[in-house]
Amino acid sequence: MGEVSYAPETEAVGTDAGPYAARWPLRDRLREAVAGCRAYLLIAGMWSRSTLTYRVSFLMTVVGNACMTALDFVTIAIIFGHTRTLGGFTLAETAFLYGSSGVAIGLADLLLGSLDGLGRRVRDGTVDALLVRPVPIFAQVAADRFALRRLGRLTQAAVVLVWSLIRLHVAWTPGRALLLPVMAVSGAAIFGAFYTAGAALQFRAGDAAEVQSSFTHGGGTMTQYPPTLFARELVRGAVFVVPVAFVNWMPALWILGRPEPLGLPGWTGWLSPAVALAVCALAGLAWRAGLRSYRSTGS
Amino acid sequence: MRLYAAVLVRGFRRYATYRTATLAGVFTNTVFGFVIAYTYIALWRVRPHLGGYDLGQAVTFVWLGQAMLMTTALFGGFEAELIDRIRSGDVATDLYRPADLQLWWLARDIGRAGFHLLGRGVLPMAAGGLFFPLVWPASPGVWAAFLLAVALGVVISFALRYLVALAAFWLLDGTGIVLLASLAAIFFSGMLLPLTVFPGALGVLARALPWSALLQVPADVYLGRDTGARLASALGFQAVWAVVLLGAGRLVQSAATRRVVVQGG
Repeated sequence: MGEVSYAPETEAVGTDAGPYAARWPLRDRLREAVAGCRAYLLIAGMWSRSTLTYRVSFLMTVVGNACMTALDFVTIAIIFGHTRTLGGFTLAETAFLYGSSGVAIGLADLLLGSLDGLGRRVRDGTVDALLVRPVPIFAQVAADRFALRRLGRLTQAAVVLVWSLIRLHVAWTPGRALLLPVMAVSGAAIFGAFYTAGAALQFRAGDAAEVQSSFTHGGGTMTQYPPTLFARELVRGAVFVVPVAFVNWMPALWILGRPEPLGLPGWTGWLSPAVALAVCALAGLAWRAGLRSYRSTGS
Repeated sequence: MRLYAAVLVRGFRRYATYRTATLAGVFTNTVFGFVIAYTYIALWRVRPHLGGYDLGQAVTFVWLGQAMLMTTALFGGFEAELIDRIRSGDVATDLYRPADLQLWWLARDIGRAGFHLLGRGVLPMAAGGLFFPLVWPASPGVWAAFLLAVALGVVISFALRYLVALAAFWLLDGTGIVLLASLAAIFFSGMLLPLTVFPGALGVLARALPWSALLQVPADVYLGRDTGARLASALGFQAVWAVVLLGAGRLVQSAATRRVVVQGG
């Protein structure tokens, strides 16, 4: 990787707070967050420019990225070629679940998917270089090798979501229309928290990176399908333990006017933002703990 | 020959070193096995005997897929490394060595596949067997035929990916073609749905393409669907594709090697 020139443009964060440090802790946090976002955009922009240099290869990877998940939908279409309903859900309803789950994980994957690469950096000792730069390390790792091709997946999921909305006969109310974007953002935040927690784990066990994809991609695949397919214990786990049910199942069922899988009241669909906040807070704590426990390889 | 045996053993050991990674992978395979198994159960409940499988065979197919995903490297494997060597010019050093490029990488990939069959195949299958009523081969003969089909699948998977890697001599950046190749492998191997469930002409095409040798053929052998003459023709199908693709690899290799000399490495 070439030398990155963002360092001189960005203020050193957390060191120049001066006399206000004690009185305005929140202000410092905000400044750090803003600096982090700015660094993220700069690094992501640099990687995007470098990817766009090989245009043919870039187009192939965007199309390939979209096809990778489109094949999941082809599978669903083939399944519905053999049956009219699956677990009591029609093709349009399943496409709605598929699209909403895909948009959520697509957003999270685009913005934070690069966190996957932390284990490699821990192994080869390059985390040290990131730590001495005056930019929040989370922003640096999250934007590292930013892959613009992941737009392919996001677009493909969005197309299926729109198609399902045209095919579905939902009695739209202001509440239902509002819950749709809320669901997408909350779902992306929940998957983003999984990516972050997985990266935090890699500070300790760099080799265990693949566990994270059980929760991100495994959760994404599970929520593409109706909850009625799965054993009750599995659904309970998805609601109370690893809350992927709040990515789309709970809000989507409320939008579709279907009963909750565990007989929970309908308003639980509106809990998605709260659940997202809670898992993001937990993931933040995990990240801090992971960073604190980091030991350089010394190389 | 001793050289390639040594390369094979090193290939096995290289992957056996990372135990945490192996356990993490087993965990992920198991999670995906559960999720996909439930979708198959729902489908086979409404359409019993779809594609010629009963419910137990369909669920077994899911877990076989998870067990063989790494062995036949559906997500790709060595080709990224070889492409890097082609782009950087290091491949010129490889060509100087008193070893054949194709056989060298084949030996390494067979070593890797051997480890993945044991390390990433046995445990997910056992986990699946704990929670679902799986079908187990009735006789040692079926096990032997299954292992032979897996071995042929590994060779075909290698031959395909070797061709993909050699494309880098012309494309330089191989990211796109690697991605497209693994897409084809996942879809046409039966990883997403058994190929016998694919509709009409798509099904006929998918069963004739070499990727079906990576999962569909070994799974059918395991499930005992292919016996006697059908077993022979299934293994023959794999053998023909293996020979054709390895041969194509040799042809492209000689064309590519001439190209290296032109560039001066």
